[in-house]
Amino acid sequence: MTFGALSGVLLIPVVAAALLAVLPGYHVTARLNVLAALLTFLTACSLFAVEPASGTYLLVDDLNKVFIVLTTFVGFTTAMFSASYIGHEIELGKLTPRFVRFYHAMYQVLMFGMNLALIANNIGLMWVAIELATLSTVLMVGIYRTHEALEAAWKYFILGSVGIALALFGTILIYMAARPVIGEGLDAMVWTVLMTRAAQFDPALLNVAFVFLLLGYGTKVGLAPLHAWLPDAHAEGPTPISAVLSGLLLNVALYALLRFKMLLALSAGAIAPGPLMVTMGLISALFAAFMLYKRRDIKRLFAYSSIEHMGIIVFAFGMGGPLANFAGLLHMTMHSLTKSAIFFSVGHISQVKGTQKIADIGGLTASNPVLGWGLVLGVVAIAGLPPLGIFMSEFLVVSSTFARQPWLAVVLVAAILVALGGLFMRLNTVAFGEPRGASAPAKASYVPMFAHLALVFVAGIYLPPALVAGFENVARQLG
Amino acid sequence: MQGVTFDIAHLLAGSLVLVSFLQLYQARLYALLNIYALHALVLAASVAWQAFIQSAPHLYITAGIALIFKAMIIPVALHRIIVRLGIHREIETVVGVGSAMLLGMGLVALSMVVMLRVTAEADPLAREDLAFALAVVLLGLLMMVTRRNAVSQVIGFMSLENGLVLAATGAKGMPLVVEISVAFSVLIAFIVVGIFLFRIRERFDTVDVHALDRFQGERR
Repeated sequence: MTFGALSGVLLIPVVAAALLAVLPGYHVTARLNVLAALLTFLTACSLFAVEPASGTYLLVDDLNKVFIVLTTFVGFTTAMFSASYIGHEIELGKLTPRFVRFYHAMYQVLMFGMNLALIANNIGLMWVAIELATLSTVLMVGIYRTHEALEAAWKYFILGSVGIALALFGTILIYMAARPVIGEGLDAMVWTVLMTRAAQFDPALLNVAFVFLLLGYGTKVGLAPLHAWLPDAHAEGPTPISAVLSGLLLNVALYALLRFKMLLALSAGAIAPGPLMVTMGLISALFAAFMLYKRRDIKRLFAYSSIEHMGIIVFAFGMGGPLANFAGLLHMTMHSLTKSAIFFSVGHISQVKGTQKIADIGGLTASNPVLGWGLVLGVVAIAGLPPLGIFMSEFLVVSSTFARQPWLAVVLVAAILVALGGLFMRLNTVAFGEPRGASAPAKASYVPMFAHLALVFVAGIYLPPALVAGFENVARQLG
Repeated sequence: MQGVTFDIAHLLAGSLVLVSFLQLYQARLYALLNIYALHALVLAASVAWQAFIQSAPHLYITAGIALIFKAMIIPVALHRIIVRLGIHREIETVVGVGSAMLLGMGLVALSMVVMLRVTAEADPLAREDLAFALAVVLLGLLMMVTRRNAVSQVIGFMSLENGLVLAATGAKGMPLVVEISVAFSVLIAFIVVGIFLFRIRERFDTVDVHALDRFQGERR
């Protein structure tokens, strides 16, 4: 098979990006964007049916299959959302056709970058792919060309570049550690080779490398001391980009971290990466939970909520062990689905109301019932209330921690409760009470939002055994 | 012969650290830009020397990129931007020159201690290159945090990136070095074009990052 599913998830976005960059006309290109994303998603699903062999550059295993299917699925639904959102932006005169063409091309470049990062079998290639994905989002964040958007893009750019530079230094150190064992050349950067020989690597070098990688890729994950770019980038860019940033790009950086964590776990003399990740995760979750109370901008509010949830996920993977890893994977999936659903509704809400300021939005359940209740449902889910999916994954994280480190679990529960309070305080003003602000009729496509929420709802009640078995398998491999 | 090649590589990598120090206390943008061009020139020489002693011809491409793109095109472009923006005044630094130098020395000592200790078993050339490279990276970071001006922050980032290229070329036989240096050049080109765009769009009256921080946090 010359045209394998692996090259498919890379080629489809590339071809689509090239086409979208030249084709005029909004209606055709928006549909083409959706179609390309759908095709990529279907190709990714076929990885489960026939698993292609891993080569020197590309790799498929149980771990990245989960990530890639999630990425392409949310990429597809976001493309659907984007079609109606961007259509409305054009009507409002916020975007010109030239920028829309650019936006669609960049969207596909982003999908390409993320897919490549996920299936790269080479630590250098993975680094390049993450850089590409970051650059394309920087360009999209600044697309409105307002003062705030350019500033957000600039901040994201500089912080992201520093992160990426540190990650490269860590990557070089990993190569230095591998070279005496594996020998010079390409092999010493190939994941599959690295994993088989990691036990013989110099542990001291691996330790230093991991610190750089944690700081570098941690910036991309949005961990607490390095998160400064994240709220700005979420708030000022087009909302579909906020959805993919929160739902996907943070995950891709996390995936890179997890790979390196697995590598370190194989070396007996290296430090355990777990406690480092647990610490950064807890700090992020707690810090972001308190920051929720001061937010005045609705997209910033949910950006901080993303930092909180990435903190919880990094915490879960840092704890390690089959149960905590399972909980981390589940939480990551649920968070991606829920957070992007929330951004779908927030995007339409800010279009209807003409503002992102929480103070100017009110009584949504009365003025725009579908959007309003969609948002309520999303916030109920993201705050971790039963019976939705995030409740279950947070419950698993907390209960597995209670069994091992009760004090850490207490801090984590505190963070979750503080965040719940902050979110509901804001939700109350936005969704209930007297309608405030402008209320244009919503021209929205509700399908992506409710599809995500339905998935989260079903997952909270019933997880298919095949999914559980798959996640358990990956959780065991994560160590 | 082995001794001489080692000494020259050592000399070039050490000079890069020295030039990084020169950058730290430059008070004027033009001077800073010239020192950056020198930084890139030393990097080009260092990479070319590595290409020669490792008999790795592909590294000459990286050296060429450093020489033509970083030491010539970028400084000239930034020079023109500075003239257009009319910001060839003094740079205000957040911490004084003295404390910046002290901090810099601390960072160099730190990178020596960390890298030389953990790479005890690697070959001497690579480990010293790596220690110097980390020093250059940290000095670049220091420059980014001590400067308020967007152009000098970018210069800080570019010298940081030079440190990374030094590390990558010092790691003998590392694949993808050329690709990575090309990727970084694209990144830098984006940054420079970005500064330029700010100007062209006339959204900002200044490239002083302080002024951009007005919108930091929340819009009220």
